[in-house]
Formats: sequence, structure tokens, C-alpha cells
Amino acid sequence: MEHSPPPFFKRGPAPLVRLFFFASLSLALLVIDARFRYAEGLRNALAIVAYPLQRAATAPIDFLGAVGAYLSTQAQLVEDNAALRAKALALSQDAQRYQAAEAEAAQLRRLIGAAERIPVKTLPAELLYAGRDPYSHKVFIDRGSQHGIKPGSPVADEAGVVGQVTRVHPLISEVTLLTDRDQAIPVQVVRSGLRAVAFGSGPSGMVELRFMAADAEIQNGDRLVTSGIDGTYPPGLPVATVVRIERDAELSFVRVVSRPAAGVDRGRFVLVLSDESARPARPEETVPGKDRRKDKSRHPRSKGKDGDGR
Amino acid sequence: MAGRSEQLLRPARVRTIVASFALALFLNFLPWPDLRFVPDFVALVLAFWCVRQPHLVGLGVAWALGLVVDAGNGVLLGQHALAYSLLAFLSIWLSRRILWFGPILQAAHVAVVLVVAQTLVLLVRLAAGDSFPGWALYVSPLAAAVLWPMVTWLLLLPQRRLEREQTI
Repeated sequence: MEHSPPPFFKRGPAPLVRLFFFASLSLALLVIDARFRYAEGLRNALAIVAYPLQRAATAPIDFLGAVGAYLSTQAQLVEDNAALRAKALALSQDAQRYQAAEAEAAQLRRLIGAAERIPVKTLPAELLYAGRDPYSHKVFIDRGSQHGIKPGSPVADEAGVVGQVTRVHPLISEVTLLTDRDQAIPVQVVRSGLRAVAFGSGPSGMVELRFMAADAEIQNGDRLVTSGIDGTYPPGLPVATVVRIERDAELSFVRVVSRPAAGVDRGRFVLVLSDESARPARPEETVPGKDRRKDKSRHPRSKGKDGDGR
Repeated sequence: MAGRSEQLLRPARVRTIVASFALALFLNFLPWPDLRFVPDFVALVLAFWCVRQPHLVGLGVAWALGLVVDAGNGVLLGQHALAYSLLAFLSIWLSRRILWFGPILQAAHVAVVLVVAQTLVLLVRLAAGDSFPGWALYVSPLAAAVLWPMVTWLLLLPQRRLEREQTI
């Protein structure tokens, strides 16, 4: 029935040997990728192989959307138009007031000699698809290094911060959502001005402030915005709203759970913000007594400092 | 080596195999709403070819496909490569046994193989410091196993001879 010799005559290396070979190859790659990040070139090459298929896979959905848009009735269009007009009117009022306030703020900043804030450039992008990885919260957008996207740029939608660009391929980029466990964002409570760092909480789709002092000035319904202190996120973008505060009698900390303001897991269009302002580099930590041997311990210490709320 | 009532098949063509893998990757990359409930089509098609054509599709193909899936999904490079290598090994090892059974029992065997591969991915991610995403994770391999009879029918279609041809 087969036109080749029976498989037990022609085998090559034993299957178990091959399994061992490929398993060790995979494990080596895993370690290289997870620990040292040396595999980015290989990843880019493979991503280009996968790109046509990814683009083709989202094409039917785009096509259905286009057909739906074409078939939308006139009544609906008129209705939408009226609603949008009303919204534009309301927003233009806000915009006028914002301009006045901005001018005033700039003047005050000049008065106190603070650095002038440079406007943030935005680049619209479309979500291609969500990552197929249930362990992390990532999405892919249809803009890459060809369009000038840089790793680390914040990503927002019309309601607030969505996440941050973590990996840039030539034509697409990967955005880690706020709700990913490894994602941290410096925030500020609008009502009290309290600063904190919000972490994603994984599968629940919430963000949380861990290790807040038990008497911290925070309550349900408080709005969290970016503080802008890290230099990555522009200040004042809405991040989340506090929904629950868990106080544990045994610990002296409270855990504050909040719901993201942006449509982190819905919506199709996002804005990639790029802050062109040249910030002064963080000052080198001075090593007391000009002791150069302590060079090695510098890295972990600076990491610890990031975590405690700066 | 084939099942009892199976008709004679033409030899599989490489073209069919390549096309089926491209289709499986395409299905994997569709924008699914919740990915834990969607079967991994690449793993399923890979298991199919490893069972049917163990000397054409083996661990090397599995490993390369795993890398493409890893890069396309933006996950740790090598986790699917590792899982697919094990999947291919188990499928090849069990291929003669699997082909002896009818479609339902074949699917049961494949379910076990897919669950083992999924568990391997889970272990890798837990070792890398991720949290457990819930038991819904195992819906995906079981859903894939349910599709096995349909995939078998579909992928053997190009190898079927016409009735007229068989009687000659």
C-alpha cells in the first residue's frame, strides 16, 4: 500500500535519541530566550514567516466588518451622525477649556522654572489578534519598526491606558496589557495625590496595588491616573478605578483591586504614544568611597528601587 | 497496518501535507475570543501525519513548526517546539497501535497524547514563573481530540481512490 520500503528497515537514528536531541535543543532555546534574550533575531525571522498567515487569518473578519459597514442602513447613519455631532460639540467645549488651562499651566511652569512638557505624538494602530498564550495578556498590533514604533512606548485607547509595547517586529508589534502579571505602571490617586505602582493580576482582568500601607488614603471609586514619574507614560492618563480594598488583619498591608479604565480586552483601535522629550538620564548611583568593586551589586539595587513606588 | 474496513489509499503527497499544515497555522492565528477553549489545530494535524506517515513527518518537522507557532504567538521561544517534539514522538511510537482502532478509540488515544503535550507546556510556563491559568486549559486538547474523526476524514480525502479505480 505504501510505495516506500517498510519503516522498520529505514529508520535513521532511534526515535528516542531524536527526541532527546530536539528536547535538549528546545530547552537550550528556552533558557536563552527567557534568561538572556539572545534569540530576538531568530524570533524576528520566524515572525516574518508567520506574518502572511496571521494577516490572512484576520482578513475574513476585516471583510465581514467592511460588508457590515456597507450594509448599514441610512437611518442608522443619520442617527450616528447626530450623536457624533452632539459629542463633537461637547468635546470642542472641553478642548477650548483645555487649551486655556494648558496655556495657563505652561505659564506657571515657566514661572517656577520646570521643564516644559513636550506634546506626545500618537500613532493609530489596529489590533490584529490576541496572543494565543493563556499564561500572559498580550495582543498584537499592525504597526512595527517600519512605522517607527519603539519598544517601551505606551499604548492607550480613547478611555485610558491599555498597555505597553514590549516587542517590535518589522511589521507588527506585541503589546503587553495592563492586566499581565509582569506589567507594572506607576499611578497616582486623583483624589489624594497618593503615588503607587499598579501591577496586573493575571486571569481576573484587574490591576492591583500591592503592599499599600494600611492607613493609605484610598477608597472605593477612586480614580487612578498615570503619575508620569517613570518617564515612560505621559502623566494624567486614566488607568483604573478602585473597586475593592482587601484589608488583612494579620498583615499590615492592604491590597487594592481596581478595574482598568480602557477596554483592555475589547475594542479594535488603539493609539501608540511616543514621547519625544529627551529626559535627563537617571543619575548614576554614587558608590561611597569610590569603591569600584561594588559594581556588581548595582543592578539588583536599582531594580529594588523601581519596585517601591518611584 | 490500516483498520479493518479501510479501503486502499494512494500514497500521501508532500503537497497535501504542506497545505494541511499551512491551513492549521491559519486556523491557529484566527482572532479567537478565548484561546483556552480553542483546539490547537497545528498539534492535531501534526499528530495525524505522525500517526499516518511516520517516515515523512517526524520530530524535525514538529520542532520547526513549534518554533513558528512560538514566534507567531509571541510566547517563550521553544515551549511549543518542546511540546510538539514530544507529541510527534508519542504519536510515532503509538502509530501502529492507534491505527488498529476505530475512530472513537483513536480519538481517545490522541486525547491522551495532546493532554501530555499541553501538560508539558504548562510545566515549562510554571517553571518560567507564570501562574496557573485554570483547568479550562485542558478543554483545548480534549476539543481537538473530538475533532479527530473529522480531521481524519478530511485529510485522507486527497488519498482516496474513486470507486471505479478500485475495481480495476
